[in-house]
Amino acid sequence: MLGSTIATIMYLFILTYLAYLGYKHTKTSADYLVGGRKIHPMIMALSYGATFISTSAIIGFGGAAGTLGMGLLWLTFLNIFIGIFIAFVIFGKRTRRMGHNVDAHTFPELLGNRFNSKFIQGFAAAIIFIVMPIYAAAVLKGGADFIQTHFEISYEVALLFFAIIVAIYVWMGGLKGVMYTDAFQGIIMFFAMSFMVIFVYSKLGGITSAHQQLNALFDKPEVQEQTAKLVKGGFQGWTSMPLLGSPIWWSLVSTIIMGVGIGVLAQPQLVVRFMTVKSNRDLNRAVVSGGIFILMMTGVAFIVGSLSNVLFFNDSGKIALIAAGGNDKIIPAFIKQFVPNWFGIIFFLALIAAAMSTLSSQFHAMGTSAGRDIYEKALKKKGNTIFITKTGILIAIVISVLLAYLANKLDTSMQIIATGTAMFFGLCAASFLPAYISALYIKRISTKAIIAGMVTGFLIGMFWIFFIHEKEASSLQLCKLIFDKTSLVKETGFAKLALVDPIIIAFPASIIATIIGAFTSKTKLSEEHIEKCFKGI
Amino acid sequence: MFGITDPWIYWAYLLVFLCVIFAIVYGIMNWNKEQKPSEVELKTDLNWEEKENQLKDIVS
Repeated sequence: MLGSTIATIMYLFILTYLAYLGYKHTKTSADYLVGGRKIHPMIMALSYGATFISTSAIIGFGGAAGTLGMGLLWLTFLNIFIGIFIAFVIFGKRTRRMGHNVDAHTFPELLGNRFNSKFIQGFAAAIIFIVMPIYAAAVLKGGADFIQTHFEISYEVALLFFAIIVAIYVWMGGLKGVMYTDAFQGIIMFFAMSFMVIFVYSKLGGITSAHQQLNALFDKPEVQEQTAKLVKGGFQGWTSMPLLGSPIWWSLVSTIIMGVGIGVLAQPQLVVRFMTVKSNRDLNRAVVSGGIFILMMTGVAFIVGSLSNVLFFNDSGKIALIAAGGNDKIIPAFIKQFVPNWFGIIFFLALIAAAMSTLSSQFHAMGTSAGRDIYEKALKKKGNTIFITKTGILIAIVISVLLAYLANKLDTSMQIIATGTAMFFGLCAASFLPAYISALYIKRISTKAIIAGMVTGFLIGMFWIFFIHEKEASSLQLCKLIFDKTSLVKETGFAKLALVDPIIIAFPASIIATIIGAFTSKTKLSEEHIEKCFKGI
Repeated sequence: MFGITDPWIYWAYLLVFLCVIFAIVYGIMNWNKEQKPSEVELKTDLNWEEKENQLKDIVS
């Protein structure tokens, strides 16, 4: 406890200094919104990675790997290939250039100015402001849960303390404060995860030996007994993919792999980071640190989560899920039982860092949506951008903290953290991705087509979340309230649809609506405007 | 491979590392490419600075 307290105080001191630096270096609205467009590529890559990876990635999805095995490495592959390489090179470079051409300071502004539509800017910002608090509340809950357990204080105190610290440095330092602190937090996360993977593989006698032991574990009769329920759902061992088409296969592939793997491309708080670097050269350089960072985050979390089964079984005769007492408890229990005490403190800081780095970016994105995009641009109210954005940030924080407070009153079996995260990623992909791809790559697509795609993706996504996808619909309870069912398709011929993640339906629907809109809409943007948007691209 | 028998898993494992190597090679090969901001970017940066200075004058 003393060690943790001292380490936390030192961590907060460094954080305060970096936030102060951000505050000192923030003089203009460009500084506050896009880091002055002169952020160092390594800081940008670390900030991008640290924002992307939160406690839900390490604890939530790491725990999922403990339960379901190494199939999750497909998500790591997508995280690196799509989340870093495709994002930076195919999307990032054009985003950066186009952001200049259309004078954009936020993701909704990029879309709105590209398509000459205040409605698009306002609608995109409204989606962010309405749905992101749920994701932010999930991350807040994860951090507060962890602080509560570690320091043995009440959830409410942990939540307030956590939210206030992040609020201060976001509010004061703008995106510079956020990115400097993100980079520091990313470094802690990197070292913690590096140690973890080296520790686990050496404890199990090396890479091949560790995997062989995990292979052999599934064949043991006691393990067959403990995994009987999972096997019914399609589980075939931690070093095998689940049975094709089984419920576990659907959950793994559609929600975890596809939902997050593709959804990453349309995350507003990540896209804005492409607009913070000086030149495309910086994005080329950022690909190196970004790729390595993500490998060490989710790659390690999923490998360690899976291998923890061997350590837990050797220690107690129980698999990780049973020994730890729940999916989200696997990684914390593993840290408590098997690693040296001093590392436990570093890991605690790494988790807090992961949560804070994601949270700070969410607060900033929500604030800019409310302030810059909705109030200043869509509603055309006059005022100082920084002041308006700061007000937006404060409102966003209050809403997120309230939701996180209420979330703690809900049933803990509802996997609130993973649900909130997946919802947001899926909705962003459905609402924004076709519009974003079109903005960067389809010169002559009409504004009406974009609006059709965005609105369709959002509405179908919301409908699927609230009424069809059982995992989310049952957590949100509206379907049960109105129709007395956890999913509309339950006990019908379409019951299997309840397993399918919203992104699988809403994203294609959004694409189709965009295409139909493109073919049926006669009004196009002027050649002059298109030339301006694509100059230098 | 690496003690893993299911090809769907060892391919995931392998692809993860190949992907990182690819990202590193790409970054190194393009380390100094696309360095100069375009003419448009330089003009826009100047415009912003002018606008911000105007705002500062109004506010002070």
